[in-house]
Amino acid sequence: MYPDPIEQGLARGWKVIDASRLVRDLVLEADVAIVGTGAGGGVTAEILGAAGLSIVMLEEGPLKSTRDFHMLEAEAYRQLYQESASRKTLDNAISILQGRCVGGSTTVNWTSSFRTPPATLAYWQREFGLGALSGDGLLPRFEMMERRLSIAPWHVAPNANNELLRRGAERLGISTGVVRRNVRGCLDLGYCGMGCPTNAKQSMLVTTLPAALERGATLVTRARVQRLARRDERALQIEASGLAAGGIEAGTSRVIVRARHYVLAAGAIGSPAILQRSGVPDPGQLVGARTFLHPTMISAAFLPERVNGYAGAPQALYSDHFLDDVAIDGPIGFKLEVAPLHPVLFGMTLPGFAARHAELMREFSRAQVVLALMRDGFNAESPGGIVGLRRDGSPVLAYPISEFIWRGARRALLAMAEIQFAAGARKVYPVHEDAEGYSSWRAAKAGIERLAMKPRVARVVSAHVMGGCGMADDPRRGVVGVSGRHFHVENLSVHDGSVFPTSLGANPQLSIYALAARNASLLARELTGRPAPVVA
Amino acid sequence: MRDSNIRMFTRRDFLKVGATGAFVLASVRLGRSQPVPSHRDGVMDAPALDAGAREVLAAIVPVMLAGALPADRSARSERTAATIDGVDHAVAGLPAHAQRDLRDLFTLLGFAPTRWLLARVRRPWREAPEREVAAFLESWRASGWALKQQAYQAFHELVFAAYYADSESWPDIGYPGPPVLD
Repeated sequence: MYPDPIEQGLARGWKVIDASRLVRDLVLEADVAIVGTGAGGGVTAEILGAAGLSIVMLEEGPLKSTRDFHMLEAEAYRQLYQESASRKTLDNAISILQGRCVGGSTTVNWTSSFRTPPATLAYWQREFGLGALSGDGLLPRFEMMERRLSIAPWHVAPNANNELLRRGAERLGISTGVVRRNVRGCLDLGYCGMGCPTNAKQSMLVTTLPAALERGATLVTRARVQRLARRDERALQIEASGLAAGGIEAGTSRVIVRARHYVLAAGAIGSPAILQRSGVPDPGQLVGARTFLHPTMISAAFLPERVNGYAGAPQALYSDHFLDDVAIDGPIGFKLEVAPLHPVLFGMTLPGFAARHAELMREFSRAQVVLALMRDGFNAESPGGIVGLRRDGSPVLAYPISEFIWRGARRALLAMAEIQFAAGARKVYPVHEDAEGYSSWRAAKAGIERLAMKPRVARVVSAHVMGGCGMADDPRRGVVGVSGRHFHVENLSVHDGSVFPTSLGANPQLSIYALAARNASLLARELTGRPAPVVA
Repeated sequence: MRDSNIRMFTRRDFLKVGATGAFVLASVRLGRSQPVPSHRDGVMDAPALDAGAREVLAAIVPVMLAGALPADRSARSERTAATIDGVDHAVAGLPAHAQRDLRDLFTLLGFAPTRWLLARVRRPWREAPEREVAAFLESWRASGWALKQQAYQAFHELVFAAYYADSESWPDIGYPGPPVLD
């Protein structure tokens, strides 16, 4: 059995309160209240805690840790993901995988770590006045977080699922790169998406959050933040509901947190929703707008040999070829990666039913899956989606897929099929309701050119929600400034992926870590009057 | 909550049922004989689906899983029942808005006139022939009407997730299950 750092910390007296078990209302006070414990909240908590500030963290999801991670889809999606891993955009056209647990998406992500691409930072400088992040602006933060989270190139032999991406790409003259991962002593199991059972993944759950708790921070779990109460330009308190015992909907207990400063890090659907529910001033109607997804297309190939896509590090290789061969504001580019294969997600993803579906499922162990993540937000025809509220106050993202994106989707399906045939696939199935399997690149090319690109017919997924509280140098163009400070509420910051003014063109965790480290350090200095601590 | 900046999405937007659909749903709700169980806060794994919904599923599950379910009659009905329980468990874990949408869907399908109108299934679900159920699923899968597409996809997701979450389905697909850790 692997040690459980959370269990051990609780035994040492960490202050963790499960709000679904409260019998009376809870009122807490701290220097800083942080909403959300994912990449942004975790890094912020460690840095502010190390600066000597008292911290209260609020998390809607449950506290699950090593002993709870059994590598079972039947448990993991329901316990660790938003809406049991079945969150969708308003018209159900895009499925969204997002964490909902202590550690947020870092507890369940596939560990791929990329610095923010320079082309993206240059675009932000040009369009949003974010020059402070360009050039070497974020470099010390990347370096600090890479040390802190053991981010390094994955030099273990890639599994066949990844190797096939490289093989096919190489035969077509398309370059691939080695993914960097935040792991220590990784056993190459392949179950990162269900919570790491060996503590190898350096998620917030085993790094920054334990550090903050060890220094005396308080963590309140299963608490849904309803609103931020405010008088004029000052936030006064956070009002949250303890969840009912099932852990899904709000119960009757209340949690109030009063602090000098408030940090929202509830993710790119959660943070804009809190601002909207709170009626925080938004003269430009910017809150929730420009929400991006890296809309992702899927191509499944079947090989003559076993691929065993469930085993081994999920993402070891990638290709930026189709990002780099277009101008960033030209036709939409896409990053190629592979997806780990597990029976539930695979079964839900394959189109059709009855014999058609069953036959493909029997080939599960020979399946190889490539993903194309489209870089949205860099073109007027790719304005992203809008987060809004349902009548019950829960957030939902409306993301209309424009023709511009559908054109990119078709190019992506073509590129993936060509690579998969070059790698030796016997059949390729673009994930699309109307696509039959193709037996040759020629047939696939002709078939994909004819596929209708329409919502719910062409399958689109996302695991990267970004934007909605975009940063800029000017309140007319952004919700927060480059340091994450809200333009209209003086003691409020946003430290998560919602501040990105476009998507990234790369998996977002390291960008969030670095930006949160930068902005938490600035905040620590302001609140304490002393230089910010260096955590690694 | 009255701030003009708040963009409210209504359930109608979400379901995209349109005027006809909304009218049908309202009529069915009025005509519904048995009360729908409300979301039971605090009861983990309380059944989320009523008997009517389970009856619809009992017709859909074997058709969706044709070719995957075991051939043996008793094993087959056991796995069908386990899949329905799995769907129920999954629905109980969904947020209230999604549970409500699914209950509305099952209500529409459970009410004879709308069952006929929308699904073209003539007889009650427990008597519906498999080919009629398959034709209904196929027509909703291929439908250009968002409501039908979304409903089909909800069934697809729930049924296949429940079936393949169960370790008994793994040998057939060559999945050894998670590794054993020391």
